[in-house]
Amino acid sequence: MEPLLNITGLTMDFGGIRALDHLDLSVQQGKIVALIGPNGAGKTTFFNCLTGIYKPTSGDLLLTPPGRETSRLNGLKPNRVTQHGLARTFQNIRLFPNMTVLENVMIGRHCRTRAKILGAIFRNRKTVQEEKEIVALSLSILKKIGLYDMHDEFAKNLPYGAQRRLEIARALATDPLLLLLDEPAAGMNPQETSELDELITAIRDDGLSILLIEHDMKLVMSLSDHIFVMDYGKKIAEGDPKSIRNNPEVIKAYLGEDIDDA
Amino acid sequence: MDYFIELFFSGLTRGSIYALIALGYTMVYGIIGLINFAHGEIYMIGAFTALIVSTVLSIFGLPLPAIIILTLLASAIWSASYGYTVEKIAYQPLRNAPRLSPLISAIGMSMFLQNYVLLAQTSDFLPFPALIPDFAFMEPYASTIGSSDLVILVTTAVVMLLLTWLIKFTRTGKAMRATAQDRKMAMLVGINVDNVISITFIIGSALAAIGGLLIAAHIGQINFYIGFVAGIKAFTAAVLGGIGSIPGAVLGSFILGLTEAFATGYVSSDYEDVFAFSLLVLILIFRPSGLLGKATIEKV
Amino acid sequence: MISLKDIQKGLLVSLWFVFLTFPLLVIKVNPIERVITWRWYNMLWIALASFCCYLGVRVYKSRQLTRHKRVKLGIVKERAAWSVRILKEPSVYIPFLLVVGLFALVFPWIFSTYQTNIMVTALMYIVLGLGLNIVVGVAGLLDLGYVAFYAVGAYSYALLNMHFGLGFWMVLPIGGLLAASLGILLGFPVLRLRGDYLAIVTLGFGEIIRLILENWNDFSQGPSGISNIPRPGLFGLHLSLDQSITYLYYLVIAMVLFTIFVVNRLQNSRIGRAWFALREDEIACQAMGIDKTRTKLTAFALGAFWAGMVGVIFAAKTTFVNPASFTFLESAIILCIVVLGGMGSIIGVILAALILILMPEYLRAFSDYRMLVFGAVLVTMMIFRPQGLIANVRRTYNIPKV
Repeated sequence: MEPLLNITGLTMDFGGIRALDHLDLSVQQGKIVALIGPNGAGKTTFFNCLTGIYKPTSGDLLLTPPGRETSRLNGLKPNRVTQHGLARTFQNIRLFPNMTVLENVMIGRHCRTRAKILGAIFRNRKTVQEEKEIVALSLSILKKIGLYDMHDEFAKNLPYGAQRRLEIARALATDPLLLLLDEPAAGMNPQETSELDELITAIRDDGLSILLIEHDMKLVMSLSDHIFVMDYGKKIAEGDPKSIRNNPEVIKAYLGEDIDDA
Repeated sequence: MDYFIELFFSGLTRGSIYALIALGYTMVYGIIGLINFAHGEIYMIGAFTALIVSTVLSIFGLPLPAIIILTLLASAIWSASYGYTVEKIAYQPLRNAPRLSPLISAIGMSMFLQNYVLLAQTSDFLPFPALIPDFAFMEPYASTIGSSDLVILVTTAVVMLLLTWLIKFTRTGKAMRATAQDRKMAMLVGINVDNVISITFIIGSALAAIGGLLIAAHIGQINFYIGFVAGIKAFTAAVLGGIGSIPGAVLGSFILGLTEAFATGYVSSDYEDVFAFSLLVLILIFRPSGLLGKATIEKV
Repeated sequence: MISLKDIQKGLLVSLWFVFLTFPLLVIKVNPIERVITWRWYNMLWIALASFCCYLGVRVYKSRQLTRHKRVKLGIVKERAAWSVRILKEPSVYIPFLLVVGLFALVFPWIFSTYQTNIMVTALMYIVLGLGLNIVVGVAGLLDLGYVAFYAVGAYSYALLNMHFGLGFWMVLPIGGLLAASLGILLGFPVLRLRGDYLAIVTLGFGEIIRLILENWNDFSQGPSGISNIPRPGLFGLHLSLDQSITYLYYLVIAMVLFTIFVVNRLQNSRIGRAWFALREDEIACQAMGIDKTRTKLTAFALGAFWAGMVGVIFAAKTTFVNPASFTFLESAIILCIVVLGGMGSIIGVILAALILILMPEYLRAFSDYRMLVFGAVLVTMMIFRPQGLIANVRRTYNIPKV
């Protein structure tokens, strides 16, 4: 089967520095795929290239929704990428702090709705209907994610773990095919992490594909169907959790070259 | 050809003044990322202080060299004090506020200072005493370059050299550069960032005051409104060179000064200000990082 | 509350300000007649004022701190602002609205034409404030050249009337549309700039428009301006001066209501949400599928549209336009209204416009200090109350708890 996301030869240069070096990576429909690697390996840069925040120097980013045409995502603006069905969260939380939890999720619906200025002024039936649907859908997402009771709180007043989950809720509201999570468990306590584990599995079971960057190896190993390992902008290994765990290249990348001399 | 040279020197003179003001903008921007909107007003206050002090001293009957030195000192000291106070009142409390807050505060400060001088002094143009004498040795060149042009050029050059030395080789300069690069890190290694910012404002303001004194002596009249246009033009120069970059500010100032001089000399003087403003708009649209500035990438 | 140390520091601060203001406030020279006037009393005033200001700020800050601590310890609950509580209480705001509405309705019949005229100005500033509020308050785009769009509206009425004899009602939408088109034209290249650069570019743009109006004599009749612009007509009736001002008053009231209606609906719509989100975090906004440029552009153009319409009304009210009415200070005044009122807050902006425009008119002694106070207002609001007099209340949705 054609993979949902197929990336070939992705390269990103900043001036003279090559942050990503001919990266090949693919995500199958309905799978959880993890991208791991030491700090500075280029994982977040990879996300930024994928979501249109940076424009990759070369390579192909191809998205093939099930039963539809393949489209090339290179050089699209971030909002266009999201419209194609990629939604992301951020490593350092970027919510809209002074908007309510519900509004944060409603923003996610923006790219799937139409109402224009005139609709907003005259509030015709279509606009009212659309607005109702936005609220209903956003609430159902909040329910799923466990933030329903907090929908009137300002996003900035949520506890840290809840903010991370709200970011996921907001991304889900864009109706993505592929959810990109940038270190979703960073800074979470074990309790929150295990809740997150359940949440991500539930999202996958709803039929979404997930690509995540994560440092929490326990989480990665328990969640992922497939793992890619990066170092210095290159892919150094890929495979299922078990094979990655025993891969000498990966161990070397994480622990350093000459472990015996240290 | 004479006309060309005359325009050339007048452009250099203009450029020098812009440079003296632009340095304040660029230094402050480099360190706290704020467009110090009130900087033009500091320059205007420098000119007013110079006018008042020199007139008082000349009425007291002091000799000219003493008047010049004391006036220069007084206007630099008072402008620096104003710059320091403005930063303490209007910007320091907003260090961690959203980006637009200090800018709005700066606009407010600019309006306040402008009207403060208007109310404390006058709305009329005041004649500025001729502090710079006509040198005898300049006589043969008087048609192309005046004595005050020469004084302005030399003063600017000296000030630039001093500033470069200060920033490159002193402890304070090092602390300033460190703070400009990464304020948090500078704090962690024990630099008193608040002091560094204050010093930046003091130096920038003193430079603007020197500019104010020189231009007032050169043109011969001032009013409370001179800071607005001069401020915007100097800001244009700073952006043209790449805001945050000190050599950039100087380069941008000379380019702006020369183009203005030639444009008004050969084309028309009606649109002098339109020209500078259009240049500002165009640079910001097409090359916001300026000639010597670096484009910044926002971290995600 | 005030310790001895505070007083000591207060004295130092006051000494510093005495030094600071000495040459400008105490000495006044006449360079031509070579006379010095010493104004020592100013020194006294400054010493007193700065001392009191310092202590005032100290007291305010220490109270703020204790309040904060108490909230943190859970001794007292964080109180919603009084404005929020009033706005949420129908038994308070409905009678209030009725009284205000009635007062507005009968205003021209109780007060003189002179007063009505001043009120018309204040109402125009309300509309301008609400228009700029879309741009600055809601979408977070600091536009310092707002007055340019106002000028475009005013001159389009003046010129279209002079050359083609178009009437007020015809030009009202045209003026708005011209201003909005100019907004879009300018917005395309500049709206991708960062916040502070955008501010400066719009400032430069505003000045360019004014300088063009001043220098391009064939087009705009230069600094002398265009006079004899007709007042708005009412079905071809001939109105006396008093009547036409009363008429204008109701027209502007209608305009205010229309603006409130539209702005309110826009804020609570899909687009309004996108504007607020854009103000909060641009990158997250884009990642959520919002087209940054287009969203900014709509805010910019809508703001300009309102400025253009008020410009037309301004030309019709004064029957005369010249470039001097459209300086940067005008933009600054409107900005001040938005900042004082509260970014994004409709009621706040209305209140601020009334305070800032009516106060200098009624307190004559105050009017010289108008711009000084406006500047101080901007600084103080940013430091002590960045949310403005009446903070914007985000919409909540009535949803049952489960």
